Amino acid sequence: MISTSSSSVGSLSRYRADFPGLQPEVNGEPLAYLDSGATAQRPSAVLDVERRFLETTNAAVHRGAHTLAALATEAYEEARETVARFVGARSSDEIVWTSNATDALNLVAYGMGNATLGRGGPEASRFVLAPGDEILVTEAEHHANLVPWQELAARTGATFRYVPVHDDGTWSIDDAAAALTDRTRVFAFAHVSNVTGHVAPVAELAELAHGVGALVVLDACQSAPHRALDLVGLGVDFAAFSAHKMLGPTGIGVLWGREELLDALPPFRTGGSMITTVTMESSSFLPSPARFEAGTQPVSQSIALAEAVRYLERVGLEAIDEHEARLGQRLVDELGALPGVRVVGPASGVARAGLASFDVAGVHAHDVGQFLDAQGIAVRVGHHCAQPLHRRLGLTATTRASTYLYSTDDEIDRLVQGVSEVRAYFGAE
Amino acid sequence: MSDALAGLYQQVILDHAKARTGDRELPGADAEHYERNPTCGDEITVRVVMEPGTDTIRELAWQGDGCSISMASASVLADIAPGLTLAELAERTEAFRGMMRSKGAGEPDEDLLGDAVAFQGVSKFVMRVKCAMLSWVAAEACSTQLVAKVR
Ligand SMILES: Cc1ncc(COP(=O)(O)O)c(C=O)c1O
Repeated sequence: MISTSSSSVGSLSRYRADFPGLQPEVNGEPLAYLDSGATAQRPSAVLDVERRFLETTNAAVHRGAHTLAALATEAYEEARETVARFVGARSSDEIVWTSNATDALNLVAYGMGNATLGRGGPEASRFVLAPGDEILVTEAEHHANLVPWQELAARTGATFRYVPVHDDGTWSIDDAAAALTDRTRVFAFAHVSNVTGHVAPVAELAELAHGVGALVVLDACQSAPHRALDLVGLGVDFAAFSAHKMLGPTGIGVLWGREELLDALPPFRTGGSMITTVTMESSSFLPSPARFEAGTQPVSQSIALAEAVRYLERVGLEAIDEHEARLGQRLVDELGALPGVRVVGPASGVARAGLASFDVAGVHAHDVGQFLDAQGIAVRVGHHCAQPLHRRLGLTATTRASTYLYSTDDEIDRLVQGVSEVRAYFGAE
Repeated sequence: MSDALAGLYQQVILDHAKARTGDRELPGADAEHYERNPTCGDEITVRVVMEPGTDTIRELAWQGDGCSISMASASVLADIAPGLTLAELAERTEAFRGMMRSKGAGEPDEDLLGDAVAFQGVSKFVMRVKCAMLSWVAAEACSTQLVAKVR
């Protein structure tokens, strides 16, 4: 059952030594970190760059006249350019720093809500929602790309709808076509599902959605870290992702948006750093990205994220994608071959990211995860912030293994071996 | 298998997780409470029937869905509860809670807790303490309802 290794395997494993977080033993066993879908380990280069910045250049940005403030501002804006290039943005003004992807998605939803309340003037009219308008998501969404839209619908009187998934948790372009109507104003979906590993055909979906006049919001959390992204080429309107899933720090995420949309969208959070003029009567706001970055900015985090991006580019996104796609197929093939194990998501041979969620008959996911943890294998258990999807699959919880560029065939071997022993241990055979 | 795992999954726990006491409906319950652990999705409904006109528990039953720790804990609770007064149940709940907060230290009172002492090992696994407490917290809420009724 051990699959043959492809040529790319050895070439990526040499990067493991760059990740101090992968070194320690857990429970006296070498760590098999298969939870990168939740958060990734960080290479020394990223840790070092952030520390060096804090030791040599730390200052608040876009204020102050001193040398450190100027250097920090320069580094902060350079980081934005690095990320802009990484995702194929037209300009760095299209990159908004947020605190994470959840925050980025809320920014868009609240911006639209504010437009509906009459904020933002005539330019914001394209974001106004009226009763009868529809907001479309999918049944597979992470709560971060579901609850903000549900709440926006509740606040505006728009109708919240979803593309239903099939028994395996996936959905197709036909399903989306059937759910889009001429009242759909927003279609929000994940590029790659954090539960099923399903890869959405983004460009085709965006074209379809634009055909009915909907805005397309892409949750790129599970794609931006693992594959080359060309957001302009994909044709979406907004996209969100988190630094901590792509070798960067927590505390910073990214909203990308088409510049003309960002400049028209009313701000979400307001306060310092985002205004042009404030009087006791009213305030006016800077254009994007500053208008969305109220308060003191995540400066060292942005610099660390830029280093993470450079690291990913050094390794090569194509090599990462290829490596993980192969590991993802191993997961579905080998876990799926174990008696009593049901892997959700695309079948073997169908495109899937480097992750697999599975159910073990007769054993709760929490116990599966605990059993594997005792062998040093770190996986995630639970609903993975996708309760509606799990409910649809008839499961309350699954166990998820997710890979990254540093994941190895040996780790997959150990996982499969460990899962093969679970049912006997809990007397579930 | 590692000692740590054996410390968590005592045989008593594995047995109770499989052959569960009290895992059923309880018609005519005097109190009922639903409790959920939002982080892992474990859920349970605990129901209690009292000896008429007294503050003694006749029966405690439950229905739920969750990991072996939460299900076994509910099963042990259903074993222990019948015949206890609400005050006696409260005493055991406090002892159980104290044990679960002990992070593996402390000597649980076996006379008081019976089979529930098997959960001592769970207290070393902070992420699993809530699993073990789930049914006890639900039973505690039932008691609160019953005390309010008696008054
Ligand atoms: C698909 C998907 N969307 C959104 C999120 C939310 O990311 P964050 O918690 O960093 O905001 C995650 C990660 O948990 C995810 O996997």
